[in-house]
Amino acid sequence: MERLPPFQVVLDRHSDEVWRVLRGMVGAQAAEDCFQETFLAALRAYPRLREGSNVRAWLLTIAHRKAIDHTRRRRHELPLEEEHEPAAPRAPEREIWSAVAQLPPRQRAAVVLRYGADLAHREVAELIGCSEEAARRSLHEGLKRMREEL
Amino acid sequence: MTDDDRLSAVLKEPDPRAGAAARRFAERAAASWSTDLAYATLASPIGELLLVASRRGLTVVYYADRGIEAPLAELAATRSPRIVASAARLDPWRRELDEYFARRREAFDSPLDLSSLSGFRRRVLLATARIPYGAALSYKEVAAKAGSPGAARAAGNALGSNPLPIVIPCHRVRHVGGGLGGYTGGVERKRALLAIEQQHG
Repeated sequence: MERLPPFQVVLDRHSDEVWRVLRGMVGAQAAEDCFQETFLAALRAYPRLREGSNVRAWLLTIAHRKAIDHTRRRRHELPLEEEHEPAAPRAPEREIWSAVAQLPPRQRAAVVLRYGADLAHREVAELIGCSEEAARRSLHEGLKRMREEL
Repeated sequence: MTDDDRLSAVLKEPDPRAGAAARRFAERAAASWSTDLAYATLASPIGELLLVASRRGLTVVYYADRGIEAPLAELAATRSPRIVASAARLDPWRRELDEYFARRREAFDSPLDLSSLSGFRRRVLLATARIPYGAALSYKEVAAKAGSPGAARAAGNALGSNPLPIVIPCHRVRHVGGGLGGYTGGVERKRALLAIEQQHG
Protein backbone atom coordinates (compact mmCIF):
# COMPACT_ATOMS: atom_id res chain seq x y z
CA MET A 1 0.00 0.00 0.00
CA GLU A 2 1.17 3.54 -0.77
CA ARG A 3 2.38 5.44 2.23
CA LEU A 4 2.36 8.96 0.86
CA PRO A 5 1.49 11.57 3.48
CA PRO A 6 -1.60 13.75 2.91
CA PHE A 7 -0.81 16.37 0.27
CA GLN A 8 -1.40 19.12 2.83
CA VAL A 9 1.72 17.89 4.66
CA VAL A 10 3.75 18.30 1.46
CA LEU A 11 2.29 21.78 0.97
CA ASP A 12 3.06 22.84 4.54
CA ARG A 13 6.56 21.44 4.44
CA HIS A 14 7.70 22.85 1.10
CA SER A 15 5.63 25.94 0.27
CA ASP A 16 8.17 28.41 1.72
CA GLU A 17 11.05 27.06 -0.29
CA VAL A 18 9.08 26.64 -3.52
CA TRP A 19 7.89 30.23 -3.15
CA ARG A 20 11.41 31.55 -2.58
CA VAL A 21 12.83 29.68 -5.56
CA LEU A 22 10.04 30.99 -7.79
CA ARG A 23 10.47 34.52 -6.42
CA GLY A 24 14.13 34.31 -7.38
CA MET A 25 13.39 32.94 -10.83
CA VAL A 26 10.39 34.97 -12.00
CA GLY A 27 9.93 37.76 -9.45
CA ALA A 28 7.44 38.13 -6.63
CA GLN A 29 4.47 39.09 -8.78
CA ALA A 30 4.68 36.23 -11.24
CA ALA A 31 5.66 33.85 -8.42
CA GLU A 32 2.02 33.68 -7.32
CA ASP A 33 0.80 32.19 -10.63
CA CYS A 34 3.81 29.88 -10.95
CA PHE A 35 3.31 28.74 -7.35
CA GLN A 36 -0.34 27.86 -8.00
CA GLU A 37 0.57 26.04 -11.24
CA THR A 38 3.40 24.16 -9.54
CA PHE A 39 1.29 22.80 -6.70
CA LEU A 40 -1.68 22.04 -8.96
CA ALA A 41 0.56 19.95 -11.24
CA ALA A 42 2.07 18.30 -8.15
CA LEU A 43 -1.37 17.54 -6.66
CA ARG A 44 -2.50 15.93 -9.94
CA ALA A 45 0.57 13.70 -10.19
CA TYR A 46 0.92 13.05 -6.46
CA PRO A 47 -0.79 9.63 -6.16
CA ARG A 48 1.60 8.27 -8.82
CA LEU A 49 4.69 9.46 -6.97
CA ARG A 50 6.72 6.47 -5.85
CA GLU A 51 7.14 5.81 -2.17
CA GLY A 52 10.52 7.02 -0.97
CA SER A 53 10.88 9.64 -3.73
CA ASN A 54 12.66 12.89 -2.97
CA VAL A 55 9.55 15.07 -2.71
CA ARG A 56 11.55 18.27 -2.37
CA ALA A 57 13.55 17.68 -5.56
CA TRP A 58 10.36 16.61 -7.35
CA LEU A 59 8.58 19.84 -6.38
CA LEU A 60 11.54 22.06 -7.24
CA THR A 61 11.78 20.35 -10.65
CA ILE A 62 8.13 21.18 -11.34
CA ALA A 63 8.63 24.75 -10.06
CA HIS A 64 11.67 25.21 -12.28
CA ARG A 65 9.67 23.99 -15.30
CA LYS A 66 6.80 26.37 -14.51
CA ALA A 67 9.26 29.25 -14.15
CA ILE A 68 10.84 28.43 -17.53
CA ASP A 69 7.37 28.26 -19.15
CA HIS A 70 6.53 31.61 -17.63
CA THR A 71 9.78 33.20 -18.80
CA ARG A 72 9.15 31.94 -22.35
CA ARG A 73 5.61 33.28 -22.37
CA ARG A 74 6.66 36.68 -21.03
CA ARG A 75 9.85 37.10 -23.02
CA HIS A 76 8.33 39.68 -25.33
CA GLU A 77 6.07 41.38 -22.84
CA LEU A 78 7.52 42.88 -19.67
CA PRO A 79 11.13 43.61 -18.87
CA LEU A 80 11.90 41.01 -16.24
CA GLU A 81 13.62 43.27 -13.74
CA GLU A 82 10.48 45.32 -13.16
CA GLU A 83 8.63 42.26 -12.05
CA HIS A 84 11.47 41.10 -9.93
CA GLU A 85 11.41 43.49 -7.04
CA PRO A 86 10.01 42.24 -3.78
CA ALA A 87 7.50 44.42 -1.93
CA ALA A 88 9.78 46.90 -0.18
CA PRO A 89 13.41 45.92 -0.58
CA ARG A 90 16.11 47.82 1.24
CA ALA A 91 18.63 49.39 -1.07
CA PRO A 92 21.41 46.73 -1.01
CA GLU A 93 18.81 44.02 -1.40
CA ARG A 94 17.26 45.79 -4.31
CA GLU A 95 20.63 45.75 -6.04
CA ILE A 96 21.01 42.03 -5.50
CA TRP A 97 17.49 41.32 -6.74
CA SER A 98 18.07 43.46 -9.76
CA ALA A 99 21.35 41.66 -10.53
CA VAL A 100 19.65 38.25 -10.18
CA ALA A 101 16.81 39.41 -12.43
CA GLN A 102 19.19 40.42 -15.18
CA LEU A 103 20.82 36.99 -15.41
CA PRO A 104 19.92 34.73 -18.33
CA PRO A 105 17.40 32.04 -17.20
CA ARG A 106 19.88 29.15 -16.92
CA GLN A 107 22.36 31.14 -14.82
CA ARG A 108 19.55 32.58 -12.71
CA ALA A 109 18.20 29.08 -12.02
CA ALA A 110 21.67 27.87 -11.01
CA VAL A 111 22.20 30.81 -8.64
CA VAL A 112 18.73 30.59 -7.08
CA LEU A 113 18.84 26.81 -6.58
CA ARG A 114 22.36 26.86 -5.16
CA TYR A 115 22.08 29.92 -2.92
CA GLY A 116 18.33 30.05 -2.32
CA ALA A 117 17.79 26.31 -1.77
CA ASP A 118 21.30 25.02 -0.91
CA LEU A 119 21.21 22.32 -3.58
CA ALA A 120 24.46 20.54 -4.46
CA HIS A 121 25.86 21.05 -7.98
CA ARG A 122 24.72 17.54 -8.89
CA GLU A 123 21.18 18.29 -7.73
CA VAL A 124 21.07 21.58 -9.58
CA ALA A 125 22.23 19.76 -12.72
CA GLU A 126 19.57 17.07 -12.43
CA LEU A 127 16.90 19.64 -11.76
CA ILE A 128 17.62 21.92 -14.70
CA GLY A 129 18.51 19.01 -16.95
CA CYS A 130 22.18 19.48 -17.78
CA SER A 131 25.55 17.97 -16.84
CA GLU A 132 27.08 18.75 -13.47
CA GLU A 133 29.92 20.48 -15.29
CA ALA A 134 27.46 22.71 -17.17
CA ALA A 135 25.61 23.51 -13.94
CA ARG A 136 28.86 24.59 -12.28
CA ARG A 137 29.70 26.73 -15.27
CA SER A 138 26.28 28.41 -15.28
CA LEU A 139 26.64 29.15 -11.58
CA HIS A 140 30.11 30.65 -11.93
CA GLU A 141 29.17 32.71 -14.98
CA GLY A 142 26.10 33.94 -13.13
CA LEU A 143 28.05 34.91 -10.04
CA LYS A 144 30.70 36.64 -12.12
CA ARG A 145 28.11 38.63 -13.99
CA MET A 146 26.44 39.63 -10.74
CA ARG A 147 29.71 40.81 -9.21
CA GLU A 148 30.35 42.98 -12.23
CA GLU A 149 26.83 44.35 -11.92
CA LEU A 150 27.16 45.10 -8.20
CA MET B 1 29.70 38.74 5.82
CA THR B 2 30.90 37.51 2.45
CA ASP B 3 29.17 38.20 -0.86
CA ASP B 4 27.99 34.59 -0.93
CA ASP B 5 26.36 34.91 2.48
CA ARG B 6 24.64 38.12 1.49
CA LEU B 7 23.31 36.59 -1.70
CA SER B 8 22.09 33.57 0.20
CA ALA B 9 20.45 35.71 2.90
CA VAL B 10 18.57 37.78 0.32
CA LEU B 11 17.39 34.77 -1.68
CA LYS B 12 16.29 32.93 1.46
CA GLU B 13 14.61 35.81 3.21
CA PRO B 14 11.31 34.53 4.63
CA ASP B 15 8.28 35.87 2.82
CA PRO B 16 4.81 35.87 4.40
CA ARG B 17 3.34 35.73 0.91
CA ALA B 18 4.38 32.06 0.75
CA GLY B 19 1.95 31.06 3.51
CA ALA B 20 -0.85 33.09 1.97
CA ALA B 21 -0.21 31.50 -1.43
CA ALA B 22 -0.28 28.02 0.14
CA ARG B 23 -3.63 28.71 1.83
CA ARG B 24 -5.03 30.07 -1.44
CA PHE B 25 -3.82 26.96 -3.23
CA ALA B 26 -5.53 24.58 -0.78
CA GLU B 27 -8.82 26.50 -0.90
CA ARG B 28 -8.78 26.61 -4.72
CA ALA B 29 -7.92 22.92 -5.01
CA ALA B 30 -10.89 22.16 -2.77
CA ALA B 31 -13.23 24.63 -4.50
CA SER B 32 -12.54 23.02 -7.90
CA TRP B 33 -12.26 19.48 -6.47
CA SER B 34 -8.78 19.09 -7.93
CA THR B 35 -8.21 17.37 -4.61
CA ASP B 36 -10.02 14.15 -3.67
CA LEU B 37 -10.57 15.06 -0.01
CA ALA B 38 -10.80 18.34 1.88
CA TYR B 39 -10.73 18.77 5.65
CA ALA B 40 -11.32 21.29 8.39
CA THR B 41 -11.62 21.19 12.15
CA LEU B 42 -14.50 22.36 14.29
CA ALA B 43 -14.33 23.34 17.96
CA SER B 44 -17.46 21.78 19.46
CA PRO B 45 -18.81 21.58 23.03
CA ILE B 46 -17.71 17.93 23.09
CA GLY B 47 -14.21 18.58 21.81
CA GLU B 48 -12.37 19.25 18.59
CA LEU B 49 -13.82 17.50 15.53
CA LEU B 50 -12.04 16.69 12.28
CA LEU B 51 -14.41 16.87 9.29
CA VAL B 52 -13.46 15.41 5.91
CA ALA B 53 -15.44 15.70 2.67
CA SER B 54 -15.15 14.29 -0.83
CA ARG B 55 -16.90 15.75 -3.85
CA ARG B 56 -19.89 13.55 -2.97
CA GLY B 57 -20.29 14.81 0.56
CA LEU B 58 -19.12 14.56 4.14
CA THR B 59 -17.27 11.29 4.60
CA VAL B 60 -15.56 11.42 8.02
CA VAL B 61 -16.30 12.98 11.40
CA TYR B 62 -13.52 12.23 13.86
CA TYR B 63 -13.00 13.06 17.52
CA ALA B 64 -9.59 14.69 17.30
CA ASP B 65 -8.52 14.21 20.92
CA ARG B 66 -5.09 13.06 19.81
CA GLY B 67 -4.67 15.47 16.90
CA ILE B 68 -5.52 15.13 13.24
CA GLU B 69 -2.23 13.75 11.83
CA ALA B 70 -3.02 10.08 12.42
CA PRO B 71 -6.54 10.06 10.94
CA LEU B 72 -5.39 12.09 7.93
CA ALA B 73 -2.45 9.74 7.33
CA GLU B 74 -4.88 6.82 7.56
CA LEU B 75 -7.17 8.43 4.97
CA ALA B 76 -4.17 9.14 2.73
CA ALA B 77 -3.31 5.43 2.83
CA THR B 78 -6.82 4.01 2.48
CA ARG B 79 -8.73 6.56 0.37
CA SER B 80 -6.45 9.04 -1.40
CA PRO B 81 -3.32 11.07 -0.57
CA ARG B 82 -4.88 14.04 -2.37
CA ILE B 83 -6.02 15.74 0.84
CA VAL B 84 -5.90 19.49 1.55
CA ALA B 85 -7.20 21.82 4.26
CA SER B 86 -10.20 23.93 3.30
CA ALA B 87 -12.38 25.76 5.79
CA ALA B 88 -14.65 27.04 2.99
CA ARG B 89 -15.31 23.59 1.54
CA LEU B 90 -16.39 22.18 4.91
CA ASP B 91 -18.46 25.23 5.76
CA PRO B 92 -21.95 23.74 5.11
CA TRP B 93 -21.32 20.87 7.53
CA ARG B 94 -19.56 23.04 10.08
CA ARG B 95 -22.55 25.35 10.10
CA GLU B 96 -25.03 22.50 10.49
CA LEU B 97 -23.03 20.97 13.34
CA ASP B 98 -22.79 24.36 15.06
CA GLU B 99 -26.56 24.65 14.80
CA TYR B 100 -27.00 21.12 16.13
CA PHE B 101 -24.86 21.85 19.19
CA ALA B 102 -26.76 25.13 19.71
CA ARG B 103 -30.01 23.11 19.63
CA ARG B 104 -31.23 24.93 16.55
CA ARG B 105 -31.07 21.87 14.25
CA GLU B 106 -32.49 18.34 14.49
CA ALA B 107 -31.50 16.83 11.13
CA PHE B 108 -28.53 17.23 8.80
CA ASP B 109 -29.27 18.28 5.22
CA SER B 110 -25.92 18.64 3.43
CA PRO B 111 -24.89 15.55 1.43
CA LEU B 112 -22.98 12.58 2.88
CA ASP B 113 -20.51 10.31 1.10
CA LEU B 114 -21.14 6.76 2.30
CA SER B 115 -19.21 5.10 -0.54
CA SER B 116 -16.68 3.59 1.87
CA LEU B 117 -19.46 1.53 3.50
CA SER B 118 -20.78 -1.78 2.22
CA GLY B 119 -22.80 -4.84 3.23
CA PHE B 120 -24.24 -5.26 6.69
CA ARG B 121 -22.26 -2.35 8.10
CA ARG B 122 -23.79 -0.04 5.50
CA ARG B 123 -27.31 -1.29 6.23
CA VAL B 124 -26.83 -0.82 9.98
CA LEU B 125 -25.55 2.72 9.56
CA LEU B 126 -28.35 3.63 7.10
CA ALA B 127 -30.94 2.28 9.57
CA THR B 128 -29.28 4.34 12.31
CA ALA B 129 -29.34 7.45 10.15
CA ARG B 130 -33.16 7.22 10.13
CA ILE B 131 -33.56 7.26 13.92
CA PRO B 132 -35.32 10.57 14.68
CA TYR B 133 -33.84 13.29 16.86
CA GLY B 134 -34.32 12.60 20.54
CA ALA B 135 -35.46 8.99 19.92
CA ALA B 136 -33.61 5.74 20.62
CA LEU B 137 -33.42 2.18 19.26
CA SER B 138 -31.80 -0.89 20.76
CA TYR B 139 -28.90 -2.70 19.06
CA LYS B 140 -31.35 -5.52 18.42
CA GLU B 141 -33.85 -3.24 16.71
CA VAL B 142 -31.17 -1.68 14.53
CA ALA B 143 -29.95 -5.17 13.56
CA ALA B 144 -33.52 -6.12 12.64
CA LYS B 145 -33.95 -3.00 10.51
CA ALA B 146 -30.67 -3.91 8.78
CA GLY B 147 -32.21 -7.29 7.90
CA SER B 148 -30.48 -9.50 10.50
CA PRO B 149 -32.62 -9.61 13.68
CA GLY B 150 -30.20 -11.91 15.50
CA ALA B 151 -27.10 -9.80 14.87
CA ALA B 152 -27.27 -7.26 17.71
CA ARG B 153 -23.59 -7.74 18.57
CA ALA B 154 -22.48 -7.34 14.95
CA ALA B 155 -24.66 -4.22 14.72
CA GLY B 156 -22.83 -2.88 17.77
CA ASN B 157 -19.49 -3.48 16.05
CA ALA B 158 -20.71 -1.74 12.89
CA LEU B 159 -21.78 1.26 14.96
CA GLY B 160 -18.44 1.23 16.75
CA SER B 161 -16.78 1.94 13.42
CA ASN B 162 -19.25 4.64 12.38
CA PRO B 163 -17.22 7.00 10.14
CA LEU B 164 -19.74 9.81 10.72
CA PRO B 165 -20.58 9.99 14.43
CA ILE B 166 -23.10 12.69 15.43
CA VAL B 167 -24.30 13.01 11.81
CA ILE B 168 -25.19 9.31 11.69
CA PRO B 169 -26.57 9.29 15.23
CA CYS B 170 -25.15 6.08 16.65
CA HIS B 171 -25.48 7.76 20.06
CA ARG B 172 -29.23 7.06 19.73
CA VAL B 173 -28.63 3.29 19.91
CA ARG B 174 -28.57 1.63 23.35
CA HIS B 175 -29.12 -1.70 25.07
CA VAL B 176 -32.59 -3.25 25.40
CA GLY B 177 -32.69 -2.71 29.16
CA GLY B 178 -31.85 0.98 28.71
CA GLY B 179 -28.08 0.65 29.29
CA LEU B 180 -26.15 3.24 27.32
CA GLY B 181 -23.72 0.85 25.58
CA GLY B 182 -20.38 1.98 24.18
CA TYR B 183 -19.45 4.92 22.00
CA THR B 184 -16.64 5.73 19.56
CA GLY B 185 -15.75 8.96 21.33
CA GLY B 186 -16.27 7.62 24.85
CA VAL B 187 -19.54 7.12 26.70
CA GLU B 188 -19.36 10.62 28.25
CA ARG B 189 -19.86 12.07 24.80
CA LYS B 190 -22.80 9.75 24.13
CA ARG B 191 -24.40 11.07 27.31
CA ALA B 192 -23.66 14.69 26.30
CA LEU B 193 -25.23 14.25 22.86
CA LEU B 194 -28.36 12.63 24.32
CA ALA B 195 -28.61 15.47 26.84
CA ILE B 196 -28.50 18.05 24.05
CA GLU B 197 -31.37 16.31 22.28
CA GLN B 198 -33.48 15.86 25.41
CA GLN B 199 -33.22 19.48 26.44
CA HIS B 200 -34.23 20.65 23.00
CA GLY B 201 -37.50 18.67 22.85
